[in-house]
This record gives sequence, C-alpha cells and structure tokens, in this order.
Amino acid sequence: MTDTTPRIYVSTKRRPKEDGRFVSGAGRFVADIARPGMLHVALVTSPYPAAQIINVDTSVAAACPGVVTILAGPELANATAPLANAVDTPGVKIFPLAQSTVRYVGEWVVAVAAETRAMAEDAAELVEIDYDPMPFVVDPTEALGPSSPPVHSDHGNNILYDRVFTWGPVTDDFTISPHQLSFHVRWGRSATVPIETFGVIAEWGAGNQILDVWASIQMPSYPEQIASSLKIPLNRVRVHYDVDVGGSYGVKRGIKHTILVGYLARKLSRPIRLIEDRLENMTGGDMHGPDRRFDVSVAFDAQGVIRSLKLRALEDVGAQTGRAPFQLGKPVSAIVGAYRINSVEYHATAVSTNKTGQTAVRGFGMSPTNVALEMAVDKVARYLSLSRLTVRRRNFIRAYEFPYRIPSGSEYDSGNYHTVLAKARDLSNLDKLLARRDAARALGYVAGIGLATCLEPGGGNSAFEPLLNPKNETTTWPESCAIKVDRTGRVTATIATSSSGQGHQTLVATIIGEELEIDPDQIQVLHSDTLSALPGNTPVASRMAIMLGGAAAGAARKIRERVIQIGAHNLGCGLDDVIYCNGRVVRVGYGGQFITLDHIALIAHREFHNLPPGLSEPGLQAIHVEQVPQGGTLPKSDGRVQMYPCYSFAAHMVYAEIDRLTGKVSLEDYSIAHDCGTVINPDIVRGMVIGGAAHGIGAALYEEFVYNSAGQLLSGTFVDYVMPSAHEVPYIRVAEHCTPSPLTSHGQKGVGEGGYLGAPAAVMSAVNDALNPFGVECLELPLRASKLADLLAEAE
Amino acid sequence: MKRAVTLTINGEAISSEIEPRTTLVDFLREDVMLTGTHVGCEHGVCGACSVLLDGTPIRSCLLFAIQAEGHEVTTVEGLVEEDGSLGLLQDSFWETHAMQCGYCTPGMLIAAYGLLAESADPTEAEIREAISGNLCRCTGYVQIVDAVRLAAARMRQQ
Repeated sequence: MTDTTPRIYVSTKRRPKEDGRFVSGAGRFVADIARPGMLHVALVTSPYPAAQIINVDTSVAAACPGVVTILAGPELANATAPLANAVDTPGVKIFPLAQSTVRYVGEWVVAVAAETRAMAEDAAELVEIDYDPMPFVVDPTEALGPSSPPVHSDHGNNILYDRVFTWGPVTDDFTISPHQLSFHVRWGRSATVPIETFGVIAEWGAGNQILDVWASIQMPSYPEQIASSLKIPLNRVRVHYDVDVGGSYGVKRGIKHTILVGYLARKLSRPIRLIEDRLENMTGGDMHGPDRRFDVSVAFDAQGVIRSLKLRALEDVGAQTGRAPFQLGKPVSAIVGAYRINSVEYHATAVSTNKTGQTAVRGFGMSPTNVALEMAVDKVARYLSLSRLTVRRRNFIRAYEFPYRIPSGSEYDSGNYHTVLAKARDLSNLDKLLARRDAARALGYVAGIGLATCLEPGGGNSAFEPLLNPKNETTTWPESCAIKVDRTGRVTATIATSSSGQGHQTLVATIIGEELEIDPDQIQVLHSDTLSALPGNTPVASRMAIMLGGAAAGAARKIRERVIQIGAHNLGCGLDDVIYCNGRVVRVGYGGQFITLDHIALIAHREFHNLPPGLSEPGLQAIHVEQVPQGGTLPKSDGRVQMYPCYSFAAHMVYAEIDRLTGKVSLEDYSIAHDCGTVINPDIVRGMVIGGAAHGIGAALYEEFVYNSAGQLLSGTFVDYVMPSAHEVPYIRVAEHCTPSPLTSHGQKGVGEGGYLGAPAAVMSAVNDALNPFGVECLELPLRASKLADLLAEAE
Repeated sequence: MKRAVTLTINGEAISSEIEPRTTLVDFLREDVMLTGTHVGCEHGVCGACSVLLDGTPIRSCLLFAIQAEGHEVTTVEGLVEEDGSLGLLQDSFWETHAMQCGYCTPGMLIAAYGLLAESADPTEAEIREAISGNLCRCTGYVQIVDAVRLAAARMRQQ
C-alpha cells in the first residue's frame, strides 16, 4: 500500500507558520512575560540525600531588602493536597516543599518570594536549616531489598510497582527452541534537558476569582492537577496556552512549581514567577528520565527466528514519582518491536531511591526497551554468524500480515518493514560502508557498523494508566479543534494545547487548508486557554498529527458540508448538482456558475433569509473532538491491551570509529529510513527525525545524571552533563517511505519520537560491532569514552 | 549601589543606571526589554544568550552589563533589514526550518552571523565549528547547517 492521493498542501514543502516569530526574536516564552507587581521565587534546597529537618530559621533572610514572604513545607502541605501519583501508592505523599524529611539532594525545602530574583537569591542564601542525616539508598538493586531504608516510610518499602506479565506460551517456546541467549543491558539516567528551563507565572484575580497560569508546560491533566492540589474548582484555573515552550520532549511538567506559585499568588494577591536556574533544573526539577536495568533472554532457532522473549526491567524512578512508573507501561504497546515473536514474559518493577525524581522523556520508556530488544537481535545474529539484516528480515512482520496483533494485545495498523530496511541499506550504501569498515580495521582502526529498527506507537488512549493502576479507568484521550469562519470568510482555528516545537499551527493550518482548499497562510491558528478550550491532552506520545490532525480535519469537513449546503441553496440547485473547489461552490454544467466561501460566510452570519430551510443556526463554525482510533476498551486481566492506534517504523544505519587510546566514538556516517505514513509538512518531519536521533546520540554516548555513593549529583551543570554539539552529530541523511495508516484523516502517523527510539540502539550496535574483533562488548549506556578505552586496553 | 552605563544596542545609544552585578543578558532582557536574547545555562556553555559585541559573538551571561560600556551590542532584534523585514540569514533559517521550539534560534543566528561576516563561502566543517558553541536540543543541527549554507550562497549572489 502506498499513498497516491492527490494533495494540495499536505506533504508539500511549506514554511512553518511558527518560524517567523522565532527568527525575529519575537517568540513569547514564559520568561518574556512580566505581570505588573510580579514577585520572584528562589529556592533553598537539600544538601542531603535523606535527612530529618530539625529546624528552619528564616529570621535573617526575612529581614533582607525586597523579601515579601518565606514559605516552608508544613504551611504549604496544610493548605494543599499531595501531588498526583501514577500508580496506586497512597503511602507516597509528595508536596512541592519538603515537610519533615528530605529525600534527595536538591529537594526544595524553603521558597523565598521577593521583588526581584536577585533579592530572592540573596535572601535564600541566608536561610538556616538544621538537618539530621538519615540512611539513604542510591543503588536500585539495593533499594529492592528488605533491609534498604524506605525512601517513603509510609509506603513501607521501595517497590512502587511490580508485575510479571505473560503473553503466550513462553515456557513451551523456550523449551522447544534449540538456542537461547541471556544478557544484561543498562540504560543510564539521562533526560531531554531543554535549553529553556521550566518556568511558571501564577496570578490570582481578586475580581474574577480565577487563577491565571502562564507556563512552559507540556503535560496532560495540568489544570486538573492544579485545581486538585490547590483545592479550587477546575473552572477557576486558566492555563494560557499561548506561551511558546522552549523545548520539552516530555519533561516540562512543573506541577510542583505551579502549586507553589499558585499558593503564593493566592496568599499574597500578587503575580508570582518562578523560573528555574540551570542548577535547580538539573537537581530539583523532577526532570530526570528513565534509569533502567534489563535482564533479557531470547529463544530462537538455527535460522535466527526468534520464538520467545523474556524481559525483566528494573526502573529507578528516584524519590518523586509522578507519572514515572507508567514509563514501564508504554513499551507493552510494542513489546516485540517489528518482529513476529510468538510469546513474551515481561517483568516490570519500579523502585524508589534517594535521587531526583523521574519524569516523562521522549518515547515514554520505549527507547530503553528498544535497546534491549535490538541488542537481542544483534546477539542472535552474531551467535549464528548471520548478518544482522538477514536476522531482522527473517523476523520482521510481513507486509501482507497487517493489521497484525502482537502477543501483548495491540494491533499494528500498517507497515512495510522490509522495504524501509532496504531503503536504509541503500541510503547508507551498505556495501561501501562495509568496505570502509574493513579497510579501516586493516589499518588498525576500531570501526563498526550499527543497525537498529524501532516501532513508534502514536496517538494513544493512555491505556498504560489502567494497565498499571486498575483504579484508573482511562480509555480515551481526545483532542479537539474549533474552527470559525468569520463574516468576511477568514478562517480561525483554536487548539487546546501549547506547543514546544512541534509546529501545531502549521499542522492545523495545513490540514484545514487541504480540506477547505484555501491557502494555509491565510488561516489563523490560536493556542487557547484551558477555560475556553475543548478537551485536549497535550502533545505527548507522538499523537498530534493523528489526534489534532484528526480534530482539525473533522471540524473542517463539517464546515465544508455546511458551505456546500448554503452554496447549493443559493445557486438554486440540489447538493448533487454542485462541487466544492478552491474555496467556491460551483454548479456543475452551468457555465461555471459559482458562489464564493466569502459570500457564503456573509450569508451564514447576516442573511438568515438566504439559509437553506433546514439550517437554523446562524454563523459558520464547527467543533470536532477526535476520539482515539481503536480506543475505548480497558486492558484484559492478563494485561493485553490495545494501547496505540498507529505504528510508525524506522531503520537506522550508522558507521562509527572509536579512538583506540581515548575511547572517543565518532559517528562518521548516519542514515535513517522511516515510515510515518502521510507526511503533513516535510521539513517539520525531517527535523523531528534528525533531532530525535541527535537526542538519542546524546543518550547513547554522553549524557548521564551521575550520583556518587554519598547520594550527591555529580553532573548538575552543562560542563558535566555533556550534550552533543554540531561536532558530535553527523549530517544525518533521511529517506522516507509512506504506508498510510487506515485509521487517520490523511493516513498520517506519529513522528516525534522515532529518531530517539532508534538512535541509542543503532549507536550501541555500531560500538559493539567495532569492539567485536577484540572479543569485548559494552551494553551500558552511556557508552562512555573512558569505559570503551578501558575495554580496549584490557583486550589488547 | 547603582552605576551608570552607556552603550550602543542595535544602533541606538542607551544609557542606564544598573547594579554592577547585572549581567548583560539580564540588562538586555529586563532593562532594555529586548527579550529575543534567551537565557539557557547561565554558565557560558549553551550559547542561547549569544549577542554580537563589536561584531563578535559573545556570551551575554558571562559579561556584566557595565563591562559593555562604550561597546556596540547587536541582538537578534538587530539582524533585521532597515525596513524591518527579515535579514537574509533569518529568512534562510525559516526557509530550511532550522529550528523547532525556537529557543536557541537567536543565539544560533548570532553565531552564524559572526561566521558569515568573516567567511563568504564556509565549508560544512567551518559552519559546524562556528555553531558548535551553541546547543540545540531540537534539530540535530542538520537544517541549521543547511540554513547557513543557503544564506552564504544567497549573500554571494547579492
């Protein structure tokens, strides 16, 4: 199946609407917003991984110039409800400020509000806190043990979630398979670390009794959590979505920041702003990502056909939980990747430690799991002396098998993995790469070729919520769009989210333009606010092309239908006698007699007497709330669940050389072939794919939040937490393939996460191909230069 | 205790009384209200706060505003043409979609502007070197490299 539908604007190169304001310096980020009389917050944080708070003395700080108030944990906890937990752990109670104990280095203890940020910081330095240090745990395996100090004493132990899922005849499949392999893989603690830190402004309206919030946010149920924690009705919380978010990729979830400033704004009747500085962001921002250890076993035959998979995942979620444990749930949606694996055992455990908490990161837990899966395939190939391409081709789901249901219950909508892999092979010019690698090796270089594939589920119904927490019966995650055509025929759409680089204004304008056959540049797309918005669930989970695209198409099609009705009536003919074309309703066969959209809009708004008899509503507007395709059902008792409707696919090929002495990895050549169905905007899609891969390269080679045995974070600055620059990311080439989704408005699927899902596995594959002649391997991310240098030195 | 400072910003003479500890980026954003220059790390690594000081890209988070006394500062707002339309480099960034969230973009433009002032036909390696002090978490840099190449080609045609 390929896409041959004629399009006007979809899939056509067009300049994204958003970019004009960004290149001129006219973006409006949260730190660019100043409210009259606004106060600023600075934080006093814990220097200990675990301690009792004995005494807090704010007397000197309170006397500093400009200080308005100093807030400690007990007052805030008394006035608010605990922050939401993903899984059912009532003993885990998190408040923005520590109450009687601290649980990680960097945890907020005291907040100072002052006339300027500098004044607040000056005073924060003078707050005196006495602590009594307590036992703590840093290692997640240790944290599992019964003798480990519990991070949350009311919970009793550190195990927040633990379940073994079995899908299919795992024991039988292992018994009958002639070969088995078992190994460990480690995914290090990294995150997406946007260049903009999290920031929020809250302002309580004494007149309207509304809490206005401007934030750098990308989080579902944000206003709901604000209302719940601050104990105010939801219709008194107004989050403004017209704030540009300076990168997120999952992590911008400053709920504790928002509860803190929301409380202060109400208490002081003044606008309050909290913009994290970089250290606050790295240590206390709840922004670390997955930190996972895998035990993997695969059972396979002599041809390399994998019959069964056992996956044990231990996730270190740190001291603050939030939605973090759900990141063990999303991988269930594609637990076998692109492969026809018959049965799976998945043992998922989330454990708390005395570290900064974990939050959502691009792919929501999928990228670590994909590394485990892809390393299994590589190992099977190496064990049987088969090529890694061959083993993948033998195990791929065949193009004719779609829709294809995997053992854990989800049905993949469409795909053609063999073709995409062939495109990656051709784009990378694999024969030349192999020759290059072998020539380099002959000269004494350490060189390798990496290959990885990945599935990218998109547009989900958040079914991991009921899967991991049966008290949560979520079975839909809608998205909405409202369109109004004004009296002059101009089109304005409103959407229920802020954007952090995904180009939603472009997406919506392109799709409405396609449906109404009008220039997308003439369509206004506004980010609304939570009180005027229709239901929405924010741009997570590669869902917006599918869900917001579907909502925009749905609303536009309703407008189009109405336009045709009014047009036909005013042309004096029936609906079957007209066509809609380029913003006009044209009467077929009457010498091109037509009526324009502008004229129809005027009729709709002003000339009720010219409306068709059945139309009793003036104006020209429509809303559409898009239901998740394939959504609406709860998981079965064995955990099988339809989690996502659409499945994109990508194959990465990379050539790497490792410096023998320093262990430094250079990615010399990088190709990606991918299939995300119908592309809406080619430049946006290309950027998402390459950018995601760059981010994955960072996780693979450089980025890690490192803790020492004393529970101190050692990489809290950009000097220690190393992110790839233009030197480290090669000129990544991209080839596209289009297998449309049968479930979406234009055949589109998700694309925001695939690059990040494929790159870490591909880089690990390349590094281990390079290490292979030396008889060593490294299955620990990040693949630090020092580790690789040590391995090579030992091997020689 | 405040001190007087006088400097030129985007061609305009500016005088102000500021605390000596005020960084140039805070001064630009909070006193001059030029919010196009962004704050990323505040320790000189990410490059989001890049501005031109007498034509050379610098980190405005590592300089006190009073150190800019008598100098010429150019921010992203100063890269537009005299009639207010986008500069050629800015337009090239838009043409190749050399951004996503737009947060690092002003700093990237400053770094690229500094390069193109020195070199009419930079190689890919030279472009990468010029922007390597500016972190972008969205794009993977490829479309930024494309944008700088495109801008250089367009400039050569002018």
